[in-house]
Amino acid sequence: MRAALGIGGVTGAYGASFGAVAVAAGLNPLQACTLSLLMFTGGSQFAMVGTIAGGGQPLAGAATAALLGARNAFYGLRLAPILQVRGVRRIGAAQLVIDESAAMGAAQPSVRAGRLGFWATGLSVFVGWNVMTLVGALGASALDDPGVLGLDVAGPAAFVALLSPRLHRRQSWIIAIGAALVAVAAAPLTPAGVPVLLAGLVAVGAGLVRGPNTPTIEAAP
Amino acid sequence: MWTAVLAGSVTCYLLKLAGLSVPEKVLANPRVQRIADLLPVALLAALIGLQTLSSGRSLVLDARLAGLAVAVVAQWRRAPFLVVVAAACATTALVRAAT
Repeated sequence: MRAALGIGGVTGAYGASFGAVAVAAGLNPLQACTLSLLMFTGGSQFAMVGTIAGGGQPLAGAATAALLGARNAFYGLRLAPILQVRGVRRIGAAQLVIDESAAMGAAQPSVRAGRLGFWATGLSVFVGWNVMTLVGALGASALDDPGVLGLDVAGPAAFVALLSPRLHRRQSWIIAIGAALVAVAAAPLTPAGVPVLLAGLVAVGAGLVRGPNTPTIEAAP
Repeated sequence: MWTAVLAGSVTCYLLKLAGLSVPEKVLANPRVQRIADLLPVALLAALIGLQTLSSGRSLVLDARLAGLAVAVVAQWRRAPFLVVVAAACATTALVRAAT
């Protein structure tokens, strides 16, 4: 329980940086807060506003967000036998399926502790994330030029922190470097938004071909 | 913009709901699982590259690269998340102010 509240506090700080980055990308504070309430999956939200900040169409940003959000479906699969939720409770529980709650829910020794871990972490992150998104968005919208504070590099820096725990195998490193090269090489040649989707194809291709099968639930924010 | 905000949100929610709802066989396919494992790696790496090096449809080396380098070092030294982000922003801001 204490760990769950701690995670909520830490991701709250991350939420503030999301709010600031979203406003720097051209969203208004209401749109930033809507994303945190309804989309509520940090990596996808950063990806969406990052694509828009780079000049991409908003819908291309939404597509990138959806691709990155696909991992939550796999967390749900892992959590379903622990949570055993039906009806309205399933509809509510689904919104709380994110990196942190999945990691906390799946890491417990008993089903009962797993449920508590999932709900406590999910709810505390939900509250912290949304409150701090508002704070970050209002803070950044008070600035004339967020570039002065270097906020345009907050997204990439956050992604470094999110990517790092996933680089646990040589194959992950190869995919990461290959995908980055493909995306950067495609940037001058294709409309914004397309390079990220091409990088996604690198992962799909590599996954179809071969590789060790050890999916993990990550504890990254 | 609002269309994209809502469309992206609904899609992300349906993906979460699908995980709790679909029969296990579909997602238990090893190929599907491998792709799910690799997709975030590829997308995050691509976003790092693009948001550090691209500006619209041109590639530029600027103060962002210095910020990213600091973020990588901070992460490698296992600094907390906020330190990684704040150090990167501060570096970029300082380099920008100095040049």
